[in-house]
Amino acid sequence: MTALTIQNLWKEYGDQVVLESVSLTIAPRAFVALVGPSGCGKTTFLRMLLGQERPTRGSILMDGDPLPPEPGPDRGVVYQRYSVFPHLTALQNVLLGPEMQASRLTGRVWGMKRRVLVDKAAALLAEVGLAGAEGKYPAQLSGGMQQRLALAQTLMMRPKLLLLDEPFGALDPGIRAEIHALMRRLWHEHAMTVVMVTHDLREAFALATRVIAFDRPRNRPEERMRYGATITNDIAIWPPRVAGRQTIYDADIPAGQDDLSRFAIHSGTTRPVAGAQA
Amino acid sequence: MRLINIHPGKGGRPVLAALPFVALALAYLIGSGLRLADNPADKLLPSLAAMGRMIEVMAFTPDKRTGDYLLWTDTAASLMRLWSGLAIATLIALVLGLLNGVLPIARAILAPFVAFLSMVPPLALLPVLFITLGLGEVSKIALIVIGVAPILTRDLAMTAAALPREQIVKAETLSASSWLVATRVVLPQVMPRLIDSLRLQLGPAFLFLIAAEAISAEGGLGYRIFLVRRYLSMDIIFPYVIWITLLAVAMDLCLRLIRRRLYPWAEPEGQA
Repeated sequence: MTALTIQNLWKEYGDQVVLESVSLTIAPRAFVALVGPSGCGKTTFLRMLLGQERPTRGSILMDGDPLPPEPGPDRGVVYQRYSVFPHLTALQNVLLGPEMQASRLTGRVWGMKRRVLVDKAAALLAEVGLAGAEGKYPAQLSGGMQQRLALAQTLMMRPKLLLLDEPFGALDPGIRAEIHALMRRLWHEHAMTVVMVTHDLREAFALATRVIAFDRPRNRPEERMRYGATITNDIAIWPPRVAGRQTIYDADIPAGQDDLSRFAIHSGTTRPVAGAQA
Repeated sequence: MRLINIHPGKGGRPVLAALPFVALALAYLIGSGLRLADNPADKLLPSLAAMGRMIEVMAFTPDKRTGDYLLWTDTAASLMRLWSGLAIATLIALVLGLLNGVLPIARAILAPFVAFLSMVPPLALLPVLFITLGLGEVSKIALIVIGVAPILTRDLAMTAAALPREQIVKAETLSASSWLVATRVVLPQVMPRLIDSLRLQLGPAFLFLIAAEAISAEGGLGYRIFLVRRYLSMDIIFPYVIWITLLAVAMDLCLRLIRRRLYPWAEPEGQA
């Protein structure tokens, strides 16, 4: 269960203040959506959670410990683009993480160990709807499939914290609705806290347990340099979403199958995951 | 219809591709014919028959003095030097280019130095090489390495550095160490580009080879050309030049096939 505590965080690039006095506590298993206008530091904030950038002031604690200063396998990430490796097939992309974790010298495993991993990877690919595409290169997959692949690749590492940087921004609406359903299911079933940057308010409210808006309180041209963005709105979604308990409000009801009794089960997951019950 | 919208048909393409070759051959034949009609002893543009005779002598008749088939021993000697040089240059480029492209510290140390080295005109160093390394194989191979390696290295480093930052961070979140980032993420993605720049460097590599052989050698394609130049033996020089060109074209083709076979994901259409 991963909680994040962000204390009085500042980020400056030279004289330019990007973020100022951001304080935030994120509960374990939360799904936080970060929204706000372009250039207000959402992505910078995400990069600091990832360890790709360091805060100028302030601290980020994960489960009470300071965040390691570089990216690591405890924090997964999916970007809008470049999330999967073009030189590896779908299966190889998903295998890459565990392979590198198991073999620090060659980054490859063989034999029995490999077969176990391949089974696991294939199962995960099937879970995100990519069964049958194992041998395809990312360039042969559609945008939506590439993002599904990126999710599977990240989930192989069982990250405690999943960071999403406008992951579905480039997809068209139909595909986006499908992948939202997938994202909701994955959040219910995998024991992770999610932080997602998005431009799309509808997406934020459709997925998150909490929507946080970043904005610049002082935004006159002469103020823009010295005053950064901070949290201007912090909205808890009601009715509350709880990880591992799908509510009827969020049930993905396929057209023509709206028999509500089918969804009136307490735990709406398709398979039990240890620790997934909040 | 605008010219830019007129595309050659499927059958037309090979015909069009053959046109410049045919034109060149015709121009040669006409020129050669005119000169030979004027003076049957003309050596500048020998007839095809004369060249055929010399090919017969060079390629299929043992040399009177040594008993070797000269074209083949020349080819073997030259290719030995060329391939050794290219192989060493590629290895150097791989190591330095990856270091340069992956590690910021290595980049800070190496990048300006490699950029400086790549500007040294290799041919100007040739006398130095002959003096320090002797007149044998080593100095010729060294010339090719010095000429080709810095450019390959810089190209590789640029390609590696141009990989999206997201990919490197992503690899880190997949538990990659610096070594694994280099070997499993960066290396396979720069290989297609390395093969392509190697193809582009075939021309310069041949240039350095022939320059070195022209000055001092006991065999080799460049050596032979510069040897028979004294006798104005265009009937040997032309077939040798064509042969060298064919060798280079064949190597280029092989590298292209290797690239396509090993790195199908890097093909322009993205179709494996």
